[in-house]
Amino acid sequence: MASTTAPAVVPQSGAERASRSGIWVGIFAITMSFMAFSSALFVRQGSLDWGHLVLPSILYLNTLVLLASSGTFELSRRHLEFHTAGRVGNSGSGVAWLLATLALGIAFCAGQFAAWQNLRAQGFYLATNPNSSFFYVLTFIHVLHVTAGILAFVYLLGRLTMGNGLVRRSFFDNTAIYWHFMGVLWLYLLLLCRIKL
Amino acid sequence: MSETSAQPAHVHAPPEGFWRKYVFSLDHKVIGKQYYALALVAVFTGMFLSWLMRIHLVWPAAKIPGLELMSKAGAPGGIMTPEYYLSLLTMHGTLMVFFVLTNAPFAAFGNYFLPIQVGAEDMAFPRFNMMSFWLTFLAWVVLMLAFVIPDGPPIAGWTEYTPLSAIGKDAGPGMQWGASLWGISIAIFCAASLLGALNFIATTLDLRTKGMTLMRMPLCTWAWFITSCIALLAFAVLLPACILLILDRHAGTSFFIPGGLVASDRLQPHSGGSPLLWQHLFWFFGHPEVYIAILPSMGIVSHILTNSMRKPLLSAKVVIYSMMSIGFLSYMVWGHHMFLSGMNPMSALAFSFPTLTITIPATILTLIWLGSLYGANIQINSASLFALGFISMFVSGGVSGFFLAQPSIDIYLHATYFVVGHFHMVMGVASLFGVFTGTYFWFPKMTGRYMNEGLGKLHFWITFIGTYCIFMPFHYLGLVGNIRRYQSFVDDFMAPYIPLHKFITIAALITGAAQFIFLYNLIYSRFWGKPAPENPWNATSLEWSIPSPPPWNNFGDKHPVVYHDPYQYGVKGSGGDFVMQDSPEPVTGNGD
Amino acid sequence: MGKLLGVVLVIIALVSAYPILKNQYPLPEDISTHGHLIDEQLHDTMVEAGISFIGAQLVLAFFVWSFTGRKPGSPLKNLPGGARALVIVAFVIVGMEVLALGAFGQKAWASVYFTPAKADSLQIQAQAEQFAFYFRYAGPDGKFGMIHPEKIDEGNQNYFGLDPENDVAARDDIVSGELVIPVNREIHLMLHGKDVGHSFFVRELRIQQDFVPGLDLSVHFTATKTGKYEIVCTQLCGLGHYNMKAYLNVMSQADYDNWFKQQSAQ
Repeated sequence: MASTTAPAVVPQSGAERASRSGIWVGIFAITMSFMAFSSALFVRQGSLDWGHLVLPSILYLNTLVLLASSGTFELSRRHLEFHTAGRVGNSGSGVAWLLATLALGIAFCAGQFAAWQNLRAQGFYLATNPNSSFFYVLTFIHVLHVTAGILAFVYLLGRLTMGNGLVRRSFFDNTAIYWHFMGVLWLYLLLLCRIKL
Repeated sequence: MSETSAQPAHVHAPPEGFWRKYVFSLDHKVIGKQYYALALVAVFTGMFLSWLMRIHLVWPAAKIPGLELMSKAGAPGGIMTPEYYLSLLTMHGTLMVFFVLTNAPFAAFGNYFLPIQVGAEDMAFPRFNMMSFWLTFLAWVVLMLAFVIPDGPPIAGWTEYTPLSAIGKDAGPGMQWGASLWGISIAIFCAASLLGALNFIATTLDLRTKGMTLMRMPLCTWAWFITSCIALLAFAVLLPACILLILDRHAGTSFFIPGGLVASDRLQPHSGGSPLLWQHLFWFFGHPEVYIAILPSMGIVSHILTNSMRKPLLSAKVVIYSMMSIGFLSYMVWGHHMFLSGMNPMSALAFSFPTLTITIPATILTLIWLGSLYGANIQINSASLFALGFISMFVSGGVSGFFLAQPSIDIYLHATYFVVGHFHMVMGVASLFGVFTGTYFWFPKMTGRYMNEGLGKLHFWITFIGTYCIFMPFHYLGLVGNIRRYQSFVDDFMAPYIPLHKFITIAALITGAAQFIFLYNLIYSRFWGKPAPENPWNATSLEWSIPSPPPWNNFGDKHPVVYHDPYQYGVKGSGGDFVMQDSPEPVTGNGD
Repeated sequence: MGKLLGVVLVIIALVSAYPILKNQYPLPEDISTHGHLIDEQLHDTMVEAGISFIGAQLVLAFFVWSFTGRKPGSPLKNLPGGARALVIVAFVIVGMEVLALGAFGQKAWASVYFTPAKADSLQIQAQAEQFAFYFRYAGPDGKFGMIHPEKIDEGNQNYFGLDPENDVAARDDIVSGELVIPVNREIHLMLHGKDVGHSFFVRELRIQQDFVPGLDLSVHFTATKTGKYEIVCTQLCGLGHYNMKAYLNVMSQADYDNWFKQQSAQ
């Protein structure tokens, strides 16, 4: 039976619970990696050649775009059909909101690329000074992870619009968790860059 | 997190076709065997490299036949150059630590047996599992490429300290592309290990069958689970470190390279970086890594010893909590590799304290193993001999840790052969004994045939005595001040110790040769070994309740139900002095 | 075969312990003021480690001997006290021993690292490079000249990159391939790494310290006996690592003063 409201969030079967554990474990590992980068930044900051970097203002727009994409994702959740067999199907504007999320995600990546162009125009390249090195490394690795999320959206949209139009509920939920984490991670990185760089 | 009552549709379809069955398999058992095969190749390569090193150390002018084929520049006329010695040393360490000690006890046996031991059909994410093996394989290929490039493998040791590893070709031979290949290989290895750890953790938490509470999991499963938690954090830190190192080497950044360096008469175009930063990042990974190397073997030995003794360990819970404590403490001690590195001397004491504290759970484990032997009925076979040998080796390797944990003593013993003796005994021998124990024990399950017992015992005796002959003298050499990572001993004070080094080399050659007995036994028995029944050791855990070798989905269409912990030995069971985990018969007199 | 393992374990334990008990691998003579603290610590640790090692191997041997090849039907027993007794033993005895080692052991560490160099210590700069050590003395003016990495010229023996033409303080700096020091005088050795990581180790001095490029590190020590002692590099630094050495030459104060005068005259 299809329903328009999402049933309980806690997954039931072993495989579903495993995929939920998996996404959190993965997020934990990614967090640890960024902690390693952060600690490298703090150590490196102690040396004399630490200059000052003016963050390109487009970063703030990109932040809004990324946060908005989390919003559109949750909006799509309200419009999709949640079946009791742990499947999600299209209904109403669900796919449209997902497409918006995808577009915003791609816009974020494009915006980050623009930020890099802006820095290059100012003469800040990867090796110019340690601030720029960390800026490029942190933002690039973040974009790589965001791209993985974008690929997940492409898959989601593909499943919802083709074949039987159904996708596993656990995949949908886990993509959401991952995507929101990308936003949270970005807020942390932005803060780090603002304060430290 | 309770166990699930029913598993839905199969995790993956039954394998069809050669490629899906044997190459790009999603089956954790095949993947486990693939890891094992890779580890075998790596360990024999690493052993071969150590032979070359040992021969060169005591016969520096020797023309080693065939060595010139390996590297014209590294061994012109078959005589090894100093830099090639360091290349071999670097590759030996890298292969052994990553591709043997992380692969064999953890990835190989863990992949094969963890899902079965928790009653699952496969790992939680079979596709990630397959990816993790093939990424590991790719990492190995990239590393081995260092042997064939003209400049040769890197010479900075498996620890690749900066600036030596970061400034590029001005640092010396092998430090141009060789070191980059190392960085890329290890970065790929990190990603592969993270995927593997993910699988282990999710499978253990969520795919346990009905009745399989956490406390009813076998001790080796616990060890794999704890190890994968450690691995998750450790490799997540090494990966960024490798990325930053590669950037320093190729993108002109200065994460690890300070300014004003002059190498090969050239002022290096970097500034402001910190060599200590590399050491911190590396050892933050590196210390937990050595526990990743030993914990699975501890679990495997505990599991097999219980079976061989026909009696449970004095307390499985204590063993589990001890392993957990070791895992937890392993993250607080990394600075003990850096006592003399120039970091704040106060922090040396701060690191020394938890390092000494780790002695407590390690001692608890040793005392539990020893104490459990009292009053037991130990069955001697190849597997149990190696398990008992493990205890001896772990003690030997562990006590030298007392010395190195103290910064005062480390002032003298740092970078001597004492350190080399310590880590070889715990990692190179004890951990490897866990792999041998596991192999002899689980071979009948994996293949349906026994390994040859006579050859197994011969393998044990030569290896046990041989490794003592090789590595115990390292400690004495360290005490007199024999420095490590030297391709030759040119000091006058070393002259009286060269005969001891010759003894060690001969012991190494003999002990190494004995490993071919093991290899022969493995291959021969695989095809022509004596057929083994489903439960040849009268063991209790779930792997012994399924056919040998197991079917593609482990339990067929049945999902096992677990009634007991795996320590029901020395009781009245329907099959003898034991009760299997999935047997509904009650156990009289023992709570579980 | 279990009995055989028991016997072999005993033999291994005794054979391993023998060289230590007979002091066949003695530490080199201690020529420093702080070294005895390290040696005592090492000795105490050896006693504890030795007891643990021999004890554990003998217990293992005994249990393997006693509890293998038992007659079928022999009763299984549990160790009196069980796991709880062992946990208590580990915590209380081993915990206390090991932490005591740590607590007392920090004396030697503190004497090397927590006490600053005395104000009147003799300052010498050591530079480690691929693959040699060089030592610089401040000369009669008591001041070290600046180091200019871009001026380093191995061919002309300007190892430190000094600029005597423009830098007055550098003009009288003495550069030596040997670390010459007076006996019974505290030396403040400042460590400068030129290219990659190296380490300074004199076994008899019981001093070992890494050179970290980019970091100003130093050690201080006092030698108590004249003579020549080897300085070796203990941090892998490249192909010449095994051969990277210099000599510590401890002289009487009079001989040192002569040497210094001679060097200054050049």
